[in-house]
Amino acid sequence: MALIACGAIAQPAAAVVDRNGWPVDVHPLPPLLHNHPDRIADQVRALAERLGRSYGRVVVGYADCGTYGALDSVCDDLGLQRLPGLHCYDVYAGRSRLERFFDEQPGTYLLTDFLVRSFDRTVVRELGLDRYPELRDTYFGHYTRVVWLAQEPDEELRALAADAAEGLGLPLTVVETGDHGLEQALADLVRPAV
Amino acid sequence: MTPDDILKALYDETLVGNAPRVLELTEEGLGLSMEPQTLLFDALIPSLEEVGARFERGDFFVPEMLIAGRAMAGAMERLRPLLAETGVETIGKFLMGTVKGDVHDIGKNLVNIMLEGAGFEVIDLGVQVAPEKFVAAIEEHQPDIVGFSAFLTTTMPMFKANMNALEKAGIRDEVIVMVGGAPVTQEYADAVGADGYAADASQTVKRAKSLIEAKRTKVPA
Repeated sequence: MALIACGAIAQPAAAVVDRNGWPVDVHPLPPLLHNHPDRIADQVRALAERLGRSYGRVVVGYADCGTYGALDSVCDDLGLQRLPGLHCYDVYAGRSRLERFFDEQPGTYLLTDFLVRSFDRTVVRELGLDRYPELRDTYFGHYTRVVWLAQEPDEELRALAADAAEGLGLPLTVVETGDHGLEQALADLVRPAV
Repeated sequence: MTPDDILKALYDETLVGNAPRVLELTEEGLGLSMEPQTLLFDALIPSLEEVGARFERGDFFVPEMLIAGRAMAGAMERLRPLLAETGVETIGKFLMGTVKGDVHDIGKNLVNIMLEGAGFEVIDLGVQVAPEKFVAAIEEHQPDIVGFSAFLTTTMPMFKANMNALEKAGIRDEVIVMVGGAPVTQEYADAVGADGYAADASQTVKRAKSLIEAKRTKVPA
């Protein structure tokens, strides 16, 4: 079985696969697609069609991820299953918990371990804040907090998350999710084959 | 610098988002007794249109759009009162806001800049605008168009809540309603009963103009 994984979750997904001994190969797509969701569906389709020639089954390690249904259309066309929910945040934290965060503070900016680790590349550089730091408040002026959905919060990541939040001028809340949500969601995807 | 030099430099510096220089050049132009409309229509707007074109071609990205928009917005702060003094008639009045529960406003702000550049008077209610606030603002400002913006699939249903609020207040037929935002489609706009939808800032301007034109030329039954 092949798992097409968003680059932002490919590493933890591979760890879950290894831990469970599932007969699944993880095929990541570039993590920066996270910032260009309009390109996700086409790239998933192309990779799924290619992998479909050499694997008995292909599943999709993306939630909707800002494709607003375009990924579901690809999944329907090709008979693929994907991760549940709108974003990987739902997978890690659960939809109801996320709804509570946003009910409490609509201006909640979410990070995962991947985003914390790659913050300079995936957030600062992609938003042009390295070139135009004056745009910070244009992007984040209405946000009120950073919530880090932490999978493995070691000291290094805690320091990076603190730096990221400070750079945005926002308070940091750490919510330790672990990877149980991801493990459960992946188990549901691969279950028919294991 | 000659007036032509000013216009060329204003165009170039807006294109690269050099806000301080754009403001300086605007002042220099006014100092040479150039008309504010000339600065706006012969330099600032063409430059922002070029920014939009480069964005559509994939040569510019959101940061470049924003930085150019900020530069133009700075010049507009200086020119707006002068334009008002000249009595130039606006194309129409556009009331804008991001719906309740949603704090995203980057796309909305780009639309505002393009609308203003195209000659609309724009009143921006900001983010997290509740239905009753839209109703009160429509009653106060009497806009030609009200625009609802949403970035999240979870906040898009507020379009319908806003439409219901307008209906309940008895003002639905008095104003053109446009909706937009990353997850919004023409089908969704139709489903909530909006009059117009546009996929990006430049299309919003075109659609807004055509909707106003259609409403003004409509023969009463």
